[in-house]
Amino acid sequence: MLTVYAGDYVVSEWGPARDRGDVEASAAATAVSPRLLPRILLEGERTEADVVFGLNTDVTKQARESGLFAPHNVDLSPLTLPIDWSDDVFLPYNYGHTAFIYNTERLAEPPESFDALLEAPDDLKIVIQDPRSSISGLATVLWVQSVYGDGAEAAWEKLAPKILTVTKGWSESYGLFTDGEADMVMSYTTSPAYHIIAEEDRTKKAAIFPEGHYFMVELAAKVASTDQPELADQFLAFTLSEPFQEMIATGNWSFPAALPREQWPEGFKELALPEEVLFYSEDEAAALRDEAVEAWRRALSR
Amino acid sequence: MASRAVALSRGSAAAWLAGLAVAALTLGPVAAVLVRAGGWGDLGPGDWQALRFTLLQALASAGASVALAVPVARALARRRFRGRGALVALMGAPFILPVIVAVLGLIAVFGQNGLANAALRALGLPEMTIYGIHGVILAHVFFNLPLAVRLLLQGWLAIPAERFRLTASLGLSPWAMFRVLEAPMLLRIAPGAFAVIFVICLSSFAVALTLGGGPRATTVELAIYQAVRFDFDLGRAALLSVIQLALALTAGLVALRLGAGSGFGAGLDRVARRWDGRGRLARLADGLWIVLAAGFLLTPLAMVALRGLPGLTAMGPGTWEAALNSVTVALISTALCIAWALPLATRGGELVGLAGIALSPLVLGTGLFLIVRPYANPFALALPVTMVVNALVALPFALRILRPEAEAVRADYGRLALALGLTRMAWLRLVFLPRLRRPLGFAAGLTAALSMGDLGVIALFADPDRATLPLQVYRLMGSYQMQAAAGAALLLLLLSFGAFWIFDRGGRVNADA
Amino acid sequence: MLTLEGIRYGDGAFSLAADLRLSPGGRVAVIGPSGAGKSTLLDLIAGFRRPDAGRLLWQGRDITAAPPDRRPVATLFQENNLFPHLDLARNLGLALRPDGGRLRADERREVERALDRVGLQGLGDRKPGALSGGQQSRAALARVLLQARPIIALDEPFAALGPALKGEMLDLVRGVAKELGALVLMVSHDPEDAKRFAGEVVLVADGVAAAPVATTRLFEEPPEALRRYLGR
Repeated sequence: MLTVYAGDYVVSEWGPARDRGDVEASAAATAVSPRLLPRILLEGERTEADVVFGLNTDVTKQARESGLFAPHNVDLSPLTLPIDWSDDVFLPYNYGHTAFIYNTERLAEPPESFDALLEAPDDLKIVIQDPRSSISGLATVLWVQSVYGDGAEAAWEKLAPKILTVTKGWSESYGLFTDGEADMVMSYTTSPAYHIIAEEDRTKKAAIFPEGHYFMVELAAKVASTDQPELADQFLAFTLSEPFQEMIATGNWSFPAALPREQWPEGFKELALPEEVLFYSEDEAAALRDEAVEAWRRALSR
Repeated sequence: MASRAVALSRGSAAAWLAGLAVAALTLGPVAAVLVRAGGWGDLGPGDWQALRFTLLQALASAGASVALAVPVARALARRRFRGRGALVALMGAPFILPVIVAVLGLIAVFGQNGLANAALRALGLPEMTIYGIHGVILAHVFFNLPLAVRLLLQGWLAIPAERFRLTASLGLSPWAMFRVLEAPMLLRIAPGAFAVIFVICLSSFAVALTLGGGPRATTVELAIYQAVRFDFDLGRAALLSVIQLALALTAGLVALRLGAGSGFGAGLDRVARRWDGRGRLARLADGLWIVLAAGFLLTPLAMVALRGLPGLTAMGPGTWEAALNSVTVALISTALCIAWALPLATRGGELVGLAGIALSPLVLGTGLFLIVRPYANPFALALPVTMVVNALVALPFALRILRPEAEAVRADYGRLALALGLTRMAWLRLVFLPRLRRPLGFAAGLTAALSMGDLGVIALFADPDRATLPLQVYRLMGSYQMQAAAGAALLLLLLSFGAFWIFDRGGRVNADA
Repeated sequence: MLTLEGIRYGDGAFSLAADLRLSPGGRVAVIGPSGAGKSTLLDLIAGFRRPDAGRLLWQGRDITAAPPDRRPVATLFQENNLFPHLDLARNLGLALRPDGGRLRADERREVERALDRVGLQGLGDRKPGALSGGQQSRAALARVLLQARPIIALDEPFAALGPALKGEMLDLVRGVAKELGALVLMVSHDPEDAKRFAGEVVLVADGVAAAPVATTRLFEEPPEALRRYLGR
């Protein structure tokens, strides 16, 4: 029996894979990803987890330095990510990009670029998430940082009057958007897939900007203190297998990390993909993070 | 004289035990976090601003809640009309509402796309926005106005009818009557109400952020969240939570000194016969205040109900399971809280009990996790820990309700019980509990409702197989199922209010006056 | 013999000293100006207050530290002599079973007899709220009868009753006390009560509870403190 700590969205979709007997796992899960790493750090080497599922790149540096995770021994060649990935500890299983989602019935002509968004009239209202309490919020800040560099704070200042509000997490923002509170919401390029597949609604679209979109990936890792390293390796390898990858797209509403586009579920194939994908390595991100968040805070506090 | 008299309060060992349990459950987690951190942390650049904003919004929210409660409570105290009892009960609902549900309801009314703006547009007037510090205060007033009204209403109803008769026979002007009768009562009750609401608003987080419109509205609780979740800086979290705790306890001490500690207990459906306010203007003003307050408090609730209805069928079995868990948790939390409150229903006990709402839920959860982890799997303890924490958080409210009445029972019947040599059990079973039936029902109802909606601590202990209903609402939202989430939120609202109603009612039926 | 030996009690500006002996079976009125400490004296005897100094003895036994229910005293308070939410039978039963347990058949009969004795036959299932003021006083007296203590302390329990009713109650108390052979201590501010009911009077004034004096002699030659109180 393998103990897996995971974001609970995964667990709810766990059933099919487990039922097929591909892997035996007793999934014990915490609610949402930002809570995963603190929990492991609190438990330290006494943790019961063998595998952790649902980490993000913003915590990999801290996680790596804690020494609590071990290399995964999984062949990375099946990966189909838009960037190169050679990490031997953290294994991607799905990904997406930051993007503003809009409703075509409400906003017929969305901004065509990030610059255009900054220059848009102030009555265009957007909702974003707080980078201090939300992963997508932090990704947004890094996105602006990667597009505007030293001009990030100035960019945030231009964006500020259009920001209706900042929420604690993604759910609240998206709820506000679907309630019609805002024209655009900070979310993922994959969000429209839910509306297409679950609701047959094609009015929700991601605005694709030529400046590029920030890459967000979700990762699994083996806990160093596991007493079942082989089983853990087996499980990690399984996450890149076709059955799991086919399930994860609609389970987690994200692009599968190791599945060619032709094999994606129908709704996903329709999605617009960014030409340019932006990403900071964990060291770059760690170096930039505090200042980028502080610039965000300063600009929006004015 | 009382100090020299033979102690009439029974079960002082139980009181000590209950008090120590509160101290252990609040200071213990802070200490655990501190030990783990290896010392206090430093405050970050935004922390001072967060502290300032937290104080500012808590002061403004508490002030506005109490100020608005004065005319509303006064109107309710001197008007009789059909459905007054039901209105008073229903207007209490926002206080027991889970935060997320209430915020959705408020946005449905006051948001960009809400009813208020629709009305303004129809009238050709400029639109309003709820986002900003005024939105934060609006939301806090929405949550806490019911509490303030209840406290003040109780004060008004406690003014003996003879005094009104006296002022009527003297023919005092409304202003003179206010100064003679009502102002002294307000000076006694209002500080306590202000302090309790201030403490509640201190630990506001999601409301302040969502409606505050951005990082200007950063509260201390958010800074704690950031310290734990993102920076894993436990020392800073401990420092911030101790600052928050100190602020809250200071407010509590001030309230205990100023306020005469009148409860917001039972018997609110009584109307004292009064001879003032019979003028047309006074009647019109009272009517207007009641309508405004009812509209402000009830419209968002109606919106929650309206939007939740279609979702009720889309929720899936997980939600019903979560609802069952929530009901179980609420019932056990309630029993626990009442058992805890009875020995603490004294002046000192009430101050001790205040620690429960004053401590950051996140630090509480993290500390408990650190304490529990070496001995047991937190997953297995998810629900028990939630029950204990709910009871702890509801304790100050239960004590507010129970203490005045418990003291009265002790004062009235303590000597007789002593003279008869009643055993502790006989006193509890035959005298104390039966005499406290009405306030017990009210306290139990409030505790059950608060426990139903609480999400404070479960996050770190969350067990996917044993989710509670508030957690389920977040989960559904997190997986794009907004309609199902609205349905679950409505279910939560119904369960919370239902639990309150049943307990409160149970305390009244066949209760001896 | 009830002996108050060098009893001293103080609370802020208030103080009371008592050094006196009372004989079993006597009827003693405690009179004096209001606020002088009449009720405090009763509280000290009944055990609701502890003296700062001195000893309290009953038949030579030291009861200074005994709790109220272990003293030979049954008290009738000014009010709240009955629990309003319990019926009379239940109220009286508590005198026999302080743990609130079910009464045995003989105990139930005892309760009925006590009710009969005070003229409340058949009212055991009524709650106090359903009775008149006089009936409530009778029920409280029935409770005292059941407690069967050698000292009965009355802290103005009949103050709210009219003169005729009060007279009736005092006669009833006299009868009950005789049955029990009990010493009765009655606080009153009405000298007529004392003359009518009590053989002896303890005057409480100026911080001192004086030794008992025969009622007739006291009113014939009132001391200075009593003259002031009586307004003569």
